[in-house]
Amino acid sequence: MSDDKFDSIVVGAGPAGVSAAITMARAGLNVALLERGEYPGAKNVQGAVLYSKMLQDVMPEFWKDCPLERAIVEENIWILTDTSGIKAGYKSPEYAQSEPANCYTIIRVAFDKWFSKKAEEAGVTLVTGVTVSDLVKKDGRIVGVKTTDGDELLASVVIACDGANSILAQKAGLHHEWRPDEIALGVKEILALPREKIEDRFGLEKNQGSTIEMVGDFTKGMMGYAFLYTNQESLAFGLGCALDDFQKTNAKPYDLLEEFKRHPLIRPLIEGSKSVEYSAHIIPEGAWPSMPPLYTDGLLIAGDAAQMINPSHREGSNMAMKAGQLAGETVVEAKKTGHYDAKTLSLYRKKLDDSFVLKDMYDHKDVEVKVRHNRELMTLYPGLLNKAAHDYFLVDGAPKRDHMRRIVQRFRRERGVVNLVKDAWALRKLVGEFSIG
Amino acid sequence: MTLEDKLGLLTYKGDHQTHIKITDAKVCLNCPKKPCVTACPAGVYTWDDVQKKIIMAYENCVECGAARMMCPFYNIEWVPPRGGFGVAYKYG
Repeated sequence: MSDDKFDSIVVGAGPAGVSAAITMARAGLNVALLERGEYPGAKNVQGAVLYSKMLQDVMPEFWKDCPLERAIVEENIWILTDTSGIKAGYKSPEYAQSEPANCYTIIRVAFDKWFSKKAEEAGVTLVTGVTVSDLVKKDGRIVGVKTTDGDELLASVVIACDGANSILAQKAGLHHEWRPDEIALGVKEILALPREKIEDRFGLEKNQGSTIEMVGDFTKGMMGYAFLYTNQESLAFGLGCALDDFQKTNAKPYDLLEEFKRHPLIRPLIEGSKSVEYSAHIIPEGAWPSMPPLYTDGLLIAGDAAQMINPSHREGSNMAMKAGQLAGETVVEAKKTGHYDAKTLSLYRKKLDDSFVLKDMYDHKDVEVKVRHNRELMTLYPGLLNKAAHDYFLVDGAPKRDHMRRIVQRFRRERGVVNLVKDAWALRKLVGEFSIG
Repeated sequence: MTLEDKLGLLTYKGDHQTHIKITDAKVCLNCPKKPCVTACPAGVYTWDDVQKKIIMAYENCVECGAARMMCPFYNIEWVPPRGGFGVAYKYG
């Protein structure tokens, strides 16, 4: 194997890596795709919501044979206290009226197997069960990778799509170890439940699905969120918090999730389900300030390895696919010139700048920092908002004006007018209202 | 459901060699909060009060990699297991 020289070696058969590999193979390049799991997906964890557009750009008509769970017609955001919740959501069957739907839930392992098979069909050499531990350099330039078995594989260019624990980006000197405040830690369970029960409980028609994202008291003041997604015959239920908060609080992620199962708004939805898998993963949520340089001589990085996550809009794998595709296109261009130096590969950055990926990363560059510095958004507001809703709906013989006065007074007392304005300003990018200009 | 129950749902291909090391055991003695013990989602790290050191059940690792950054002293050396070894998710 080590005698072969590939046009490109892609490390990691996730959404970024497979997109990159397919793009290059279709252009006639000789591509190796290395995956450390026994099969693609073995090491991967996602919520998982799959957005159609970015996959379609790589795999037109993917829905004809891609293993999809449910077409999402309803998206919800819940703000919870320990005993109550405000539910906001949007439902429209229009999301799923034409193919493809806006997004689908998927079982990530099934998807990764399918996607990497498509890469093989495009001519990619997929090698599983291979952990890459280092880069091979010649005259300061990256010319290949070294595996834990001691093999060296050579290529004109390496694309590192090795995920949130990117060993390669570090070995290339593009970044040091992540700080705990740049990383979230998530745990998740797959809860098996018959499809009729899922459709009854979530008010869904056949093959249609809904998502719920949640914030509130269940994170115990930590910066984090939870999700509950509907699959065909299972629910994906997960929770994640900033790693530095886990450091400070000594909370146990699996206990938080277990406790959350008993929440009065969650329990009836998951009742009678059977846990069939537990998983954990880190999520690189350091945003724009944490993004490492995206290329160097002989190397490009994409996906989680490059911190391409937009947590305020629940996006990541779609960014990974787009970045992978653009990295692949860049290498195809580079091959025409025969140059793989940083200057030539800078085309990748230009392509990303022109795409939604870096625009969105830039626009949401400080959301996490603002929430971090406005802790009350996590700690105080769920309670205040829930009490306000409670008073609003309460009919207790008192005039409505008394209820409204009590709501306003409570906000002023607990937070103060100046802080309320500040909080609204900090939150504006979460709801998509950008600064003027 | 206990953590043991949750880990019992998983399939592993066990390796006889560990992919996790504590760089300097003495550092753990002076670590006040030991977040690795509580926040590791697979309970890989436990504090042994008799031996006065962290004991590691590396076989249980679900490979999130968080321990590396979680340790306030960056005292944990974590690398992905050798090719093909470790946890293999069925759903992911």
